[in-house]
Amino acid sequence: MALELRSVTKRVGGVLHIKETSLTLEPGQFNVLLGATGSGKTSLIKMMAGLDPMASGAVLMDGEDVTRLSTQKRNISLVHQFFINYPHMTVYDNIASPLKVAGMAKSELDDRVQEAAQILQLTPMLHRRPHELSGGQQQRTALARAIAKESRAVFLDEPLANLDYKLREELRDQLPELFAGRGAVVVYATSEPEEALLLGGKTALMRDGRVTQFGPTADIYRNPENVEAARVFSDPPINTATITKQGSEARLGADVRWTLEGAAAGLQDGTYTIAIRPHHVVPVAEAAGLVKLNGRVQVTELSGSESSAHFDLAASGQETYWVSLSHGVHPYEVGELHDFYMDPRAAYVFAPDGSRVA
Amino acid sequence: MKTENQKAWFFVLPVLLLVAFNALIPMMTVVNYSVQETFGDNVFFWQGLDWFEQILRSDRFHAALGRQFLFTFLILIIEVPLGIAIALSMPRQGFWVPVCLVLMALPMLIPWNVVGAMWNIFTLPDIGLLGYFLNHTLGINYDMTQDPIAAWVTIVTMDVWHWTSLVVLLSYAGLVSIPDAYYQAAKIDGASNWSVFRYIQLPKMKTVLTIAILLRFMDSFNIYTEPFVLTGGGPGNSTTLLSIDLVKIALGQFDLGPAAAMSLIYFAITLLVSWLFYTLMTKDDQN
Repeated sequence: MALELRSVTKRVGGVLHIKETSLTLEPGQFNVLLGATGSGKTSLIKMMAGLDPMASGAVLMDGEDVTRLSTQKRNISLVHQFFINYPHMTVYDNIASPLKVAGMAKSELDDRVQEAAQILQLTPMLHRRPHELSGGQQQRTALARAIAKESRAVFLDEPLANLDYKLREELRDQLPELFAGRGAVVVYATSEPEEALLLGGKTALMRDGRVTQFGPTADIYRNPENVEAARVFSDPPINTATITKQGSEARLGADVRWTLEGAAAGLQDGTYTIAIRPHHVVPVAEAAGLVKLNGRVQVTELSGSESSAHFDLAASGQETYWVSLSHGVHPYEVGELHDFYMDPRAAYVFAPDGSRVA
Repeated sequence: MKTENQKAWFFVLPVLLLVAFNALIPMMTVVNYSVQETFGDNVFFWQGLDWFEQILRSDRFHAALGRQFLFTFLILIIEVPLGIAIALSMPRQGFWVPVCLVLMALPMLIPWNVVGAMWNIFTLPDIGLLGYFLNHTLGINYDMTQDPIAAWVTIVTMDVWHWTSLVVLLSYAGLVSIPDAYYQAAKIDGASNWSVFRYIQLPKMKTVLTIAILLRFMDSFNIYTEPFVLTGGGPGNSTTLLSIDLVKIALGQFDLGPAAAMSLIYFAITLLVSWLFYTLMTKDDQN
């Protein structure tokens, strides 16, 4: 089973909300749609589910065009951010509802419901109504319904957003194994990059109704194709600055210079943006080939094992703030001028239009 | 917990007084009349339960009670499904929502006696718009002043016109409170339109429908003004509902004793049936 979107678009009130998007989603691992609120994650899911009309394009399931197939006939499941269960039915009936609609024999239905309830630890609550359950249990019920149905595609639209953090962590750890080996395409929408990293699988980055990069999550982390993708998986935020390239030399501000290596060295002369993760900017030069920066420390944070310093690059003639993240406890004084060392080989280089060039 | 003092009673006193003057005292005068015979000059003779026995045994009362139940049954069986159907087909958003709501609310804003008078004129065979049209254009013999069936059709239609809106508005309020996500969930489960109605819309409307049915039951069971103005209980006694009969006995014949006994029986029946309805409709929730 594979779920394919072919050049789909969606209009809302005459405005192109989802720009032309093509994606092929496969079972076996999570497909995470990652983007801010309003970036089009839910719209994309609704289009795949057939709940919202598309302006153009096609949805294929297993190579079969289902664009005109009604939601009822697509054999899919959807778990919402809000806990959607039928309020007047017991947990058992809630889990059983899609199976009953499908006209499944009673004994098989019972087996499926019991199995799903057991996996999600709902067995003792089967005869309660949703309002007698905690938020976590309500969401488990919704998940159990999706599992019992054994549908071709499961859409999880920010399913953990309304749970408190402890439950969220617990359920997030269980999710990949819940759906493992079930052969369904699992699509998981979230606005939290951390969730995408923890869930593994593939990630489609979404921004303004467009998929900006799609691939294995770790690949996106290591090889962002654009500035936005580089920013997404970075906490604290990734450091960016404008550099000027001339020959094999890069210049940041007036007096920070270094020699470019690898792909970056072969670029045309001009202005570029570099992005470098905070842990590649350190207060002590521990290796060779690091570039020294001088910054004024603005904010410092010490945690048990790491020190971070936010500093401005005013001394280098740039109106930007950078963050340095280093192991151990490093003594900073707020307001002091401090030397930081960045590793230029770890920097991503982007053209002015935001696309990655080195 | 031990009771500290009796102060709380003082706070209940105003409402007790209000209820006493508003309901209890008038009701006690009715009770007073129901067990006595009275002639002019406020002379009373003790009758015991004679009037109750007389009313309960009288064919006239049985007939009026039967007509009353038939009327209430007819309007409930028409107004409730019709109201739900109209609520289901009303738009949930956009320009037409306020238009529909105002149109729906209009009949309910008209005073009852005006409704009766309107329908009277509307259906008169020689001058009424509807009456004339049916008799002279379509050639259907329709005269609610002469024909009991026509009279019944007219009072039922009038009530449906006047009060279906109440069921519509209450059902609609229940319907719009259902989040889209439930409809989506039902679609994803593969549910048919009937299942969506049966398992999502109906349960959500249940509370308001209970109220709607109770209100419609009590109102229709106690209805007086509209049929009185429209048919005056006729032709013959064919549309003499309980309240019309009661007024005839009390003010027409001035039989205050039997009328008082009948009022109390009438009241007891309304209370009993309302209680039955309510208990049956809310039974599920208590389990």
